[in-house]
Amino acid sequence: MWVVLLTDFFLYLLLAGVALYVGFVLRTPHLRHAWRSVMTRRGGAVSVVALGFFAAIAILDSLHFHPRLEQPGAQVEYSNEILSVFDVLAGPLRTQVERTYSAPFAYHAHSKETRETPQGRIRVYPRLEYAGAHLADPEQERGWDITVRVLRGALLGAGVWGLLLLGVRLTRRLRGARPRAEGEAAIPWRSVAVTVLLILMLIGIVTQLAGAYHVFGTDKVGEDVLYQTLKSIRTGVLIGTLTTLIMLPFAIALGITAGYYRGWVDDVIQYIYITLNSIPGVLLIAAAILSLHVYLNAHADEYASLAERADLRLLFLCMILGLTSWTGLCRLLRGESLKLREHEYIQAAVAFGVSGPRILMRHILPNVMHIVLITVVLDFSGLVLAEAVLSYVDIGVDPSMNSWGNMINSARLEMSREPPVWWSLTASFVFMFALVLFANLLSDAVRDAFDPRVKR
Amino acid sequence: MSMLLEVKNLQVAFGTGPAREVAVEDVSFSIPKQGTFALLGESGSGKSVTALSVMRLLSEAARIETGEIRLNGQDLLELPEVQMRGIRGGTIGMIFQEPMMSLNPVMTVGQQICEPLRRHRGLSRKASMARALELLDAVRVPEPQRRIDEYPHQLSGGMKQRVMIAGALAAEPELLIADEPTTALDVTIQAQVLELLRELQRDLGMAMLFITHDLAVAKSMADAVAIMQHGRIVEAESAEAFFENPRHEYSRNLFAALPNISKRGLRLHGNGSDSDGQAVEPASRPSTEPLLEVEDLRIHFPIRRGVFRRVVGHVRAVDGLSFTLREGETFALVGESGCGKTTTGKSLIRLLPVTQGSVHYRGHDLSHCSAHEMAPFRSELQIVFQDPFSSLNPRMVIGDIIAEGMQVLGVAQDTAERRERIEELLLQVGLKPEHQTRYPHEFSGGQRQRIAIARALAVNPRLIVCDEPTSALDVTIQAQILNLLQDLQDRHGLTYLFITHNIAVVSWMAHRIAVMHEGRIVEQGDTVEILQNPQHEYTRTLLSAVPRL
Amino acid sequence: MIAYIIRRALYAIPILIGVNLLTFMLFFVVNSPEEVARLHLGDKYTTQEQVEAWKQEHGYDKPLLYNPEAAGLDSLTDTIFYTKSVRLFVFDFGNSDSGRNIGHDIRQRMWPSLAIAVPSLILGLLLNATLALMLAFFRASYLDVGGVVLCVILMSISSLFYIIGGQYLVGKLLQLVPISGYDTGFEAAKFLILPVIISVIYGIGSGTRWYRTLFLEEISKDYVRTARAKGLSEQWVLFRHVLRNALIPILTGVVVILPLLFMGSLITESFFGIPGLGSYTIDAIQRQDFSIVRAMVFLGTVLYILGLLLTDISYTLADPRIRLR
Repeated sequence: MWVVLLTDFFLYLLLAGVALYVGFVLRTPHLRHAWRSVMTRRGGAVSVVALGFFAAIAILDSLHFHPRLEQPGAQVEYSNEILSVFDVLAGPLRTQVERTYSAPFAYHAHSKETRETPQGRIRVYPRLEYAGAHLADPEQERGWDITVRVLRGALLGAGVWGLLLLGVRLTRRLRGARPRAEGEAAIPWRSVAVTVLLILMLIGIVTQLAGAYHVFGTDKVGEDVLYQTLKSIRTGVLIGTLTTLIMLPFAIALGITAGYYRGWVDDVIQYIYITLNSIPGVLLIAAAILSLHVYLNAHADEYASLAERADLRLLFLCMILGLTSWTGLCRLLRGESLKLREHEYIQAAVAFGVSGPRILMRHILPNVMHIVLITVVLDFSGLVLAEAVLSYVDIGVDPSMNSWGNMINSARLEMSREPPVWWSLTASFVFMFALVLFANLLSDAVRDAFDPRVKR
Repeated sequence: MSMLLEVKNLQVAFGTGPAREVAVEDVSFSIPKQGTFALLGESGSGKSVTALSVMRLLSEAARIETGEIRLNGQDLLELPEVQMRGIRGGTIGMIFQEPMMSLNPVMTVGQQICEPLRRHRGLSRKASMARALELLDAVRVPEPQRRIDEYPHQLSGGMKQRVMIAGALAAEPELLIADEPTTALDVTIQAQVLELLRELQRDLGMAMLFITHDLAVAKSMADAVAIMQHGRIVEAESAEAFFENPRHEYSRNLFAALPNISKRGLRLHGNGSDSDGQAVEPASRPSTEPLLEVEDLRIHFPIRRGVFRRVVGHVRAVDGLSFTLREGETFALVGESGCGKTTTGKSLIRLLPVTQGSVHYRGHDLSHCSAHEMAPFRSELQIVFQDPFSSLNPRMVIGDIIAEGMQVLGVAQDTAERRERIEELLLQVGLKPEHQTRYPHEFSGGQRQRIAIARALAVNPRLIVCDEPTSALDVTIQAQILNLLQDLQDRHGLTYLFITHNIAVVSWMAHRIAVMHEGRIVEQGDTVEILQNPQHEYTRTLLSAVPRL
Repeated sequence: MIAYIIRRALYAIPILIGVNLLTFMLFFVVNSPEEVARLHLGDKYTTQEQVEAWKQEHGYDKPLLYNPEAAGLDSLTDTIFYTKSVRLFVFDFGNSDSGRNIGHDIRQRMWPSLAIAVPSLILGLLLNATLALMLAFFRASYLDVGGVVLCVILMSISSLFYIIGGQYLVGKLLQLVPISGYDTGFEAAKFLILPVIISVIYGIGSGTRWYRTLFLEEISKDYVRTARAKGLSEQWVLFRHVLRNALIPILTGVVVILPLLFMGSLITESFFGIPGLGSYTIDAIQRQDFSIVRAMVFLGTVLYILGLLLTDISYTLADPRIRLR
């Protein structure tokens, strides 16, 4: 039985928006040209592919349903639990839960346990329930087993990649490749292909290893860390995108209205954003999240499941982050509109008696969209980073929700154990770094392509 | 005569590989000691690139591919950078077009003049300041004692250019390169700066490489000239011979494209059209019916000061203007920058509010009517702006740009009719119907100005305010646009309020003129009469400052 | 100039009122004091008497905006809005929910915060400006390209990793300095080194890249060409002409955050156990102490507005073109 959580709904809305935008870009020459120039940069092309991979996981993780309960009888019953399509695909990652900490690729637990044996009590590293369970003599066989699995996975990935490449080649040949127009730079297809190859090989290797080992170890309650960090992608991506989606209408509408009309309209809008801006962001978020906390505490019965509660908190976090971050864009747009309104094409429109709202829509808005786009892409990485910090301070996402911030938060204590439990931190670091780095690379490429001040 | 500077077979290109574009090709010329050589050409002809090549100051994207640049026999292109720095500012001084942008905003005038003195003459801080003071005096900056400690923004445009000249000449160079030094200045200031340059050249005995697009300026300065087109020199002559009898076709076209009083009633030469230079149909004489009557127009902008931003005074941009436009005539408002002519034009069609006075259009007072009351007159009063690059929305196709006024004012019934009209308008202004699906950036400055004219024409106006419509354009393009405006006036009986600082354009185009100075009209009347027999002191100063061919 | 400052200072009043109303709504209208009390007392089965007692003890037993029982002016002042929000305007922060005087705590805790924030800011500024100047000098070379890539990589790492990594490496493996804690007087230095270094390193990526953009923007301007045409060396052009112009946005960018340095850094202080205002705030958030959060919001707002005013003034000092009226 499908379930649409609130954040899922907004994500679908966002996807629809992106689809509309892509259609619009294809129909509009200057946008098509600018996006093409984003793609002709190696950094831009590679990060679009890599971010696509992250987005795909986030989307798969946003298709939620109640699983059907396996029980005899004609009555179809659904579990109270909410799963996503990604959970199903992840299979063993989700279900193979150990008892407690274990290191990456370990076949025994991280710490010794006392066992009763005929020789008396001894302290041993107990074997793990799932990881390496298929090996009779793990100490000898593990290295070889892992090598074989890695090679098999890599080959599998390369095979899929080869088929994909063949498919693309064939369709291009059948459709007839469009000759490149004069002065158009080439898209670095080779880099794109290599990126895709690397991603596919990684997927191949992980699928081969996942059933038999915990690639990034397990956490305190024995959950696979790789699974957690993959689940955290959705949280990061949602925070980075929904926040923007929520703030965008306000920032655009208020910004260009203030800049174009000036006078008292401008005064009021400026007052609003200076007031909001002067409250330190973290404190405003803290205050709002605390209030939400009290509210949820008082109305605990109204929310069916823990997942829905966590989801509501995530959405609320996006809203409050949006509230604190829209002021920057609003100020930029106001400044740009102030400049634009003096342009002669707007004066010409006024000379025709074109109405204010129409000038805003037809003349100002299209000419500030590049600022909006640059800001949206630029903000994404900042928001992903902000989530980690906020969750660390306990004013981020719900502690029950998978997120890099929560992982780091728990990793802090784990690092002070002896020997340190370093893998949660490493896993969250690797994935978060990759996402933020690619977002930063994309934002560089986008700014170069869209910002008129950057000389081409 | 020994040559100071010899440029041989210079070739400069921007970019590499398939994006390579040659900006200067096979350019050779030489300048004798104490001589003045003018490099003439329209925008993009490669004259500034040539000048920057001599200084080796080209941007990083440009590269000198072949050629020699010899200064006193020494090839500058082979000098190491360290020695080249000794040449820059030492043996060759340079001044630029935009005095506004070319001075460091956070350094005082004195500091900036001192730099070359300390660098090339090895003067101490104190000695260089003393010398800077003398230099400021030499370039006739009034009150040099006070000015030396001021920042560039505190000076007027002409003063800034004088400071630039003082800096360039501080180390007493043998050659001064002047890249369009007076283009950004008003005509009276231009005359003063040119006069100053001539005097300093005589006193210091230096040579000058003078870059300009203005034939008359070149004539007033140069011993020898070269005309550049598409990166090549097409004609090089002594100034005397050139201005007497230009030989190359392109040079002759340039002369033919210049508007002046003797060409009244004739078409200007604008490259291409068959009827260039021919007499036009004698324009239907403008009627004596007044179309627009302006009486005691005042536009004041408040100055606010203090804690509560109270109005403490007013900038009187326009201060008591009265004139009448007759149906079918071209009435020119002439004046230098800041005299209030553009403010006047915009306020007539209510792009700016009128502070006082009345504007009667066919008997209706427009000066204080509401947006709603103004609506019916919007289609009859239109405007064409100066800057063809900011006057078209870069995000709209040409068809939509032209259609906008028609939609809002309900000129055409439906889409099909509107479309037909757009095609007809594009043809009328000399463009093609298929251009309507393109974006503004695909067009040149002249073509954009045609589009802007088509946009104004679309709503069937009777009066068009032309706000410096050709001042951003090259002379040949200017000629085309002026011809077009003239044709349209004849065909539709349009009335123009022509706002400009360019006396030459006015002398060719206008039936009557009004000379503006500091927000007031100092003199108005028949064009030929005023130009030939100016009464007011200011008009005389203005007219005598215009360089003549 | 003075008129301008007075006007800006007057403008701060409606902003502070707005902030005050906003936080008041957030804390007392969205959730009633009753619910807050229940949250603090924890157990769902808390009796009504306990709730009332808690409210009375912390001064939440009054009406929100208007007290119909009190007479005269007291009907307005004997309310939660007056005692909890309006009093902030005279910097009377009252007591925290755990009964300590907030104003006293703030005065005591701001010094450790400054001890970290000021050195971090100065060192970071110098280091970033130097690195950016170097990249600008070698612009479009491999050094420049490599430097920018490195900046992007440094920018992509969360501040948490810098702190955890730095603590683990320097504190635990190398055992050079204590991991966390604080002392008074000069003894504090050994506790401050690591947080300051980590703050500086964390800022390198974005700071250097931003300054580099500012330098390059200035280098492309016309006056630089004039300076070169005078025969000045590239170093002279960079230091005497470009740097002075680029410093204007850099310095004014610093001035706006100067007052906020008092607030301390939330994350750094809490990780390193520095008893500054940052960790004070975090503790308050984690203990859900509304009074402290409210006080800090107000303080932060005042400091921010002060920063804006200082920025305007510093512009007039740094840039001869700007005159305030």
